[in-house]
Amino acid sequence: MSSNDSIKKTLIVAFSLCIVCSVIVSTAAVMLKPAQEANKTLDRKRNILAAAGMLQEGMSVEEQFSQVTARVVDLRTGRFADDVDPDNYDQRKAAKDPTGSERLSAAQDQAKIARREHYAIVYLVEDSNGDVDKVILPVHGAGLWSTLYGFIALESDGNTVAGLGFYEHGETPGLGGEVDNPRWKAFWPGKQVYRDGEVNIALIKGSVDPGNASAPWQIDGLAGATLTANGVTNLVQFWLGENGFQSFLDNLKSGEA
Amino acid sequence: MDSVKDTLTTPIFKNNPIALQILGICSALAVTSSLQVTLVMCVALTFVTAFANLGVSLIRQHIPGSIRIIVQMVIIASLVILVDQVLKAYAYAISKQLSVFVGLIITNCIVMGRAEAFAMKNPPVPSFIDGIGNGLGYSVVLITVAVIRELFGAGKLMGIEILPLVTEGGWYNPNGLLLLPPSAFFLIGLFIWALRAFHKEQVEEPDFKLAKHVPVKEGV
Repeated sequence: MSSNDSIKKTLIVAFSLCIVCSVIVSTAAVMLKPAQEANKTLDRKRNILAAAGMLQEGMSVEEQFSQVTARVVDLRTGRFADDVDPDNYDQRKAAKDPTGSERLSAAQDQAKIARREHYAIVYLVEDSNGDVDKVILPVHGAGLWSTLYGFIALESDGNTVAGLGFYEHGETPGLGGEVDNPRWKAFWPGKQVYRDGEVNIALIKGSVDPGNASAPWQIDGLAGATLTANGVTNLVQFWLGENGFQSFLDNLKSGEA
Repeated sequence: MDSVKDTLTTPIFKNNPIALQILGICSALAVTSSLQVTLVMCVALTFVTAFANLGVSLIRQHIPGSIRIIVQMVIIASLVILVDQVLKAYAYAISKQLSVFVGLIITNCIVMGRAEAFAMKNPPVPSFIDGIGNGLGYSVVLITVAVIRELFGAGKLMGIEILPLVTEGGWYNPNGLLLLPPSAFFLIGLFIWALRAFHKEQVEEPDFKLAKHVPVKEGV
């Protein structure tokens, strides 16, 4: 047993163990890669469809996604940037990269994201005539504990909300985590975003009074989750505002995108 | 055969890794808010503990004392990466919920503890069975906690509604505390209490006893 502790034996054991283990790990990683990539893409597509309220159970996600086209938008100009390939562009990575994003000043940074990427991938849903029916925009911003990532879908007028959904967040289950509750998400479709050219949509405390003149721009708050609700208001207002997709939406409407 | 059965069943109640050795608490707090996720976590941990024990035991006579912990860690870490990759490929939704906790099986004290305490001194087959036994011991506690947390915290089991919630038009007002990590502490505490009421020998001797209260005059 004492020979086990010699330097030679120690090195031999260490090296051979490392080689055996790395072969096992890398074989698994390489062999499972295609399945993992497929899962990731499928998951993203499912989230996009769910945000637009188009997801139907029992139908293949791929099939439903066939009506959706991904396009890249340059947020600086508000126009399509077709030289960037949406399949290879990683928006989350770009948001952290100094060459792919710009610093936001404190006044601009309503969603508390520090940097905004130059390019964003948007998803267009076309109707049978080839006209844009819905546009699905990626949004993210700080909630209470975490950054919320999701999509907001707008109708072709670029003003009426078609749906909203978050696919990643770490808010408190049962309180802020209620952003995932289908009953709450059902408040969004039909709401208006802009009022006299300004983003006006917001979560309020308590329930919306339907008789109120501002009701079309208001959404029920989340009980016990004021800070998450504020975060949702901020991120929606930021991404639909002048530093987000507002100019793109204007261009899209006037056909200049 | 008796010893095999003993190795398998002792860790479930008599020498439960969570309840008696108080190991592996961290993941018990984090992943028990839904039963489905918990089950996957239990299977993953049982797999890792069993095969880590097997691997360590197979080469135990060649492991140099000076790097034995590192050798154990390498074996455990490889298995954990394997589990993580398989989950990502075949159970993507669950792997997303477990997120970092699969990776944290590496630091789960049960896996390390069994490799060091049992597999280093025993032949491969008993070590493998010991790993399964301890995985089951861990699972018993986790599943108990998860059933209570999900049923009373969200009114569901395995995502299927059992108690209709008030927010969805039913009658059950869920206890939100059960969905937060501290509730697992209370539940594990109660579990340990119940277990020690049956197995009195698990009750520990107090580390020190308070001296009897005496008047000041006698104290000095």
